[in-house]
Amino acid sequence: MVGHTLELRGSPFLQEIIREVPGGERIVHCLQCGTCGGSCPNGADMEYTPRTILAMITANQRDKVLKANTMWFCVSCYSCVSRCPQKIPITDIMYGLKRISIREKAYQETDAPALAKTFTDLLDKYGRSFELGLASRYYLFNRPLAMLKMGPMGLSMFTRGRMSLTPTRIRNVDQLQAIIRKARELGGVS
Amino acid sequence: MKYAYYPGCSLECNSAAYDHSVRAVADLLGIELREIDDWNCCGATEYFTQDELAACAVIARNLALVDPQLDQVVAPCAACYLNLRKVDHLMQENPELESKVNQCLAAGKLHYDPGRVRVRHLLDLIYSDFGEATLRDKVVQPLTGLRVACYYGCQIVRPFHGTDNPEQPTKLDEVFSWLGAEVVDFPVKAHCCGGHMTQISEPQAFEMIRRLLANAEEYKADVIVTMCPMCQLNLDAYQARVNGFFHTDYKIPIIFFTQLLGVAFGLDWKKLGFGKEIVPAEPVLRRKLTAVAAA
Repeated sequence: MVGHTLELRGSPFLQEIIREVPGGERIVHCLQCGTCGGSCPNGADMEYTPRTILAMITANQRDKVLKANTMWFCVSCYSCVSRCPQKIPITDIMYGLKRISIREKAYQETDAPALAKTFTDLLDKYGRSFELGLASRYYLFNRPLAMLKMGPMGLSMFTRGRMSLTPTRIRNVDQLQAIIRKARELGGVS
Repeated sequence: MKYAYYPGCSLECNSAAYDHSVRAVADLLGIELREIDDWNCCGATEYFTQDELAACAVIARNLALVDPQLDQVVAPCAACYLNLRKVDHLMQENPELESKVNQCLAAGKLHYDPGRVRVRHLLDLIYSDFGEATLRDKVVQPLTGLRVACYYGCQIVRPFHGTDNPEQPTKLDEVFSWLGAEVVDFPVKAHCCGGHMTQISEPQAFEMIRRLLANAEEYKADVIVTMCPMCQLNLDAYQARVNGFFHTDYKIPIIFFTQLLGVAFGLDWKKLGFGKEIVPAEPVLRRKLTAVAAA
């Protein structure tokens, strides 16, 4: 490894991302070409494009990055990843930023963390997703007014047999929960 | 041929039409699908937002539950397909992650050796393992005259050595042209539908949906066929809201590719799940297909 990449690795925030995200160490190979931002379907709405975020991570601008809306506009379409000439796992880095931002409650003006929490809580409980439970809990607690607008659509889904009123529970939910508990206990991928 | 089958949560209810048509088409082609016993949700994009290791372990449980006598699993849903491939890939690339995921699985008395199960999409099976001659041979109702926009979405074609070219996939286009359809150009065919964005920020979500509907209309598609429950839901169920938001008047039916395959193979429309879509597909399809038959 040449000298300047060692220097780049000196950013504590970069080190944190490397621990948080499998393949995160590839950030040091970023050429700042901007293909990621140009490929992103939501790039125009982001405070900082993915390219800028990668540079900010290297420059240790932790607070600014964690408060940015960038990762919350990432829809996990992997366009940037499949086009990145340096094979940087940008979508997974966005997931990593979401997780750190949630742990530290640094995020601003987004309901995405509440949606993720409600979804995974239901998964942990039943082993399957439960759309009606997700929609009612998420909207009730986070976006009560938007719930009204969802009414007609929910009704047309229901009348076509596309919305179940009761959750499906897997048989070995205890086994699944033991696996999840162990993951929490191990506390991360590295 | 026998394959393990991972339907995923969407196919249980909101996209039951996909499940029904996948099973009907597989049955006709002699593909035996054995549902993974007691499978769990793949966590979609939400578990990776919460906890990376738990996300991987939750997904890996399904791979570990694949019948030891089977070495391939068919996953029709884009998120499920991507997640299963992603975790298998991450475990192969990263020994530390592999060890941790297996420590988690061990808490449930399970184990998974990465690489043991090959994750396939039904499109890939139909295209690669059956091919043009076999499919043409099965056609009862040619799709002649029907203008089809083939929509691949994002997660099936990207990025873990997915089922087709990530930029300009063509397999779905080829399959439907074999069946007689007039496959239209659809430049945005591998663009994202917005996924869960409808739940987070409607202006962004609606714009992503609008781009897809506008493009299909520009190329005069009668119908959009999709491979993903989320794409179907966003384009179909939100079409009226998108029209309201942009003062547009799109009425484009959105159906699963297996439903249209089933029509070409002469299967019963009810069994293929028609009637569950919100923008009705049957009138357009019947009009187009009988017009050709009468001519």
